[in-house]
Amino acid sequence: MQFRIPEFIRNRAFASACRLAVGAVIMLAANLTAVAAPMPPAAENVRLDDAPDDAGGVLIVSWKTPDPTASAGIVIERSATAAEQEKDANALWIEVERLGRDAVAGVDGSYSLKGVPNDEDTRVRVSILGIDGELSEFVESAPARPSASLFSFKRLPLLIVVAVVSLSVLVWVALARSGAPLKIRRIAALDAVDEAVGRATEMGRAVLFVPGIQDMNDIQTIAGLTVLGRVAQTAAEYDARLEVPTCRSIVMTAAREQVQAAHHAAGRPETYAEGNINYITDEQFGYVAYLSGHMMREKPAACFYMGAFYAESLVLAENGNSIGAIQIAGTAEPSQLPFFVAACDYTLIGEEFFAASAYLSGERDQLGSIKGQDVGKAFAIVVILIGTILATIAAVDADGSVGVWTESVVASLRSFFGG
Amino acid sequence: MLQRTIPLLILSASGLVLILSYFSPITETWSEQVVSWFNILAGVAFVLGAGNLLAVNLEKISSKRPGWAYAAITLVSFGAMLVVGLSKWGSVPDAKYPNVHLAGSQDSTQAGYGWAYEYVLSPLTATMFALLAFYVASAAFRAFRAKNLEAILLLGTAFIILLVQIAAGAFLTNWIPEDSFFAFLRAESLKAIVTEVFQTAGMRAILIGIALGTAATSLRLILGIDRSALSKG
Repeated sequence: MQFRIPEFIRNRAFASACRLAVGAVIMLAANLTAVAAPMPPAAENVRLDDAPDDAGGVLIVSWKTPDPTASAGIVIERSATAAEQEKDANALWIEVERLGRDAVAGVDGSYSLKGVPNDEDTRVRVSILGIDGELSEFVESAPARPSASLFSFKRLPLLIVVAVVSLSVLVWVALARSGAPLKIRRIAALDAVDEAVGRATEMGRAVLFVPGIQDMNDIQTIAGLTVLGRVAQTAAEYDARLEVPTCRSIVMTAAREQVQAAHHAAGRPETYAEGNINYITDEQFGYVAYLSGHMMREKPAACFYMGAFYAESLVLAENGNSIGAIQIAGTAEPSQLPFFVAACDYTLIGEEFFAASAYLSGERDQLGSIKGQDVGKAFAIVVILIGTILATIAAVDADGSVGVWTESVVASLRSFFGG
Repeated sequence: MLQRTIPLLILSASGLVLILSYFSPITETWSEQVVSWFNILAGVAFVLGAGNLLAVNLEKISSKRPGWAYAAITLVSFGAMLVVGLSKWGSVPDAKYPNVHLAGSQDSTQAGYGWAYEYVLSPLTATMFALLAFYVASAAFRAFRAKNLEAILLLGTAFIILLVQIAAGAFLTNWIPEDSFFAFLRAESLKAIVTEVFQTAGMRAILIGIALGTAATSLRLILGIDRSALSKG
C-alpha cells in the first residue's frame, strides 16, 4: 500500500499557518520559562561608611546577601558627582564594579569605593546578580562622605616602637653630654680607612669612592657621603688623589661640598680638585660600565663602596679585587651584603654603616645616639624571646589549655606588630 | 652660619613632615608636597650633571687624553638622544590630541627614542648584567676555599644549596622515605632548613639592625646632632 500525503497538507496556506502556530508555541514557551526564572532576592542592609585610617577619598560599601546559593555576583553603582552631572544631566548613577561569585559567596560582603570626592555626599546602590543572569532590585544606601583620619591607629604599634627608640636615643644623648661613660666597639672597616688611603698614597695611585646608585633622598647615600667626608680628609692629609664618580647630579653636588669641606678641615684647601668628582649617568649599568672600565684602566689602589647598591655590587667588587685594590664596602641592602663580604676586604654590615658617621666623628652626642639605638635592639630581643618561648609552648601543648592560651597570645602579638 | 642653619631647618622640617604624614593620614598631601620639591630640585640638578658630563668629555677630547674617542662617542650619543627625545621624532600620535606632536608617545619602537631604548640601550644593559654570572663564579671560587672553620661552614652550606637546586639533589635523596626520621635529609627539606631557618634568622637580625640604624640616623639628622651631611662652608 502506498502512503500519500493528504492534499491539504501540501497546501501553502496550511503550511504558513503551521509555521505561525509553531512560532507562537515557541514564544509562549520562552515567556513561560522567563517567568519561571525567579528574580534573586535583593541585597539587605546596604551601608556606606568612611574607610578608617586613610587620607579620605575611600568609602566602604557593605551588604548582606540573603541567599548566597542563588547569587552569581553583584553590581555596584554610585551616584554621579556634581561635576559628572554638570557634563551630563541624565547621568544619575554610574556603574562602578560588577563583582563575581566570590563577592556574594558569604552572607556579608564589602567593597572599597575609591576616588570618592571628600567634599560632597555620595550614595551607592547594589543589585544581586542571579544565577540565570537576572538582576535583583537595586537597594540604595544612605549618603556618606569620606574624611581624612587624624591618626592612623593601625600604625600605632610602629609609633610605639619609634617612640621607644627615639626616647632612648635622646636619653643617651643627654647622658653622653653629662659625661656618662661610653664604650663603642671597634669597627674594623672604619679603622682601615687610614690604612687604605695610606696604601694608595704610597703606591701613587688614586682612591676611588663610589657613593651608591641612589639619590640624596636615600638615607644610605647620606650615610655614604658622611664616610666620604672622613676619607676625603684623610686623602687631603696624605695628599692622595680622590675620585668620586656619581650616579646622580645632586649627589655630585653634595659630594663636592663634603670633599671641599674635608680639604678645608685638613688645612689644605688648595689641593681640592672639583674635577675629580663627576656625574656619569643615572643609568645603572651605564654607571657600572664606566666604573669597571675606569678601574681597569686607572687601577686605583683603594676602593670604597658606601651607599645603596643592587646588582652592580659584585661587578664592582670583583673588578676591584682583580686589580688588587684594598676594598671597603658599606651598605644596608641585605641582598648585596654577601657579595661585598665575599669580594671586599672589609664590609660595614647594615647598622654599622649607619653608625659610621657617629663613630668617625667621635663626638659624644653622636656616640650617645648609638647607645640609644642599642636599647631598641634590646627591646627587639625581648619581644623575639617572648614570642619564641610562647610559640614553642603553643606547638608542644597544641591541644592543651596552656597551648591554646599561648597560641592566642602569639596571635595577638603578631597582629599587634603587623605580622 | 646661615649656610648651615637654613639647610638644617629645611632638613628638620621636611623630615618631621614625612614622619607626621606617615602616622597622620590627614597630612598625607604635605609629604607629597615635600617629595615634589625634591623632584623639582633633582630636575634642576640634572642640568648641572649634564653640564658636568659635557665639560669633562670635551676636556678629554680637546686634550687628546687616552680614550678620547670614547668621550666623543659619549657626546655624540648624548646629543643624539637629547635631540631625538626633545623633538619626539617619530612619536606615536596621542589618541586624544592627534594633531599635537608633543603629546605623542615615545614608548613604542616606532619613535626614535623608543627604538634607541629598545634596540641600543636595553641590549647594552643586558650585556653588562649578563657579566654578573662570571663574577658570581669567580667570587664563589674565592669565597669557598676551606681556609678555616667559618669558611668550611660556608662551603658546606653552599654545597648543600647548589646540590638541592639541581636534579642530582632529588636523585640522590629521593630514596629516603618522607615519613622516616631521616626525612630532613631529603633535598627539599635541606633547602627549606637552610633558607627558612638559618638564612631567614640571619637576614631578620640584619634587617632589625638596619631599621634601628635608619631610625637613629634620621633622628640625628632631623635634630641636628649629626651635621656632617650639611654644607660646612
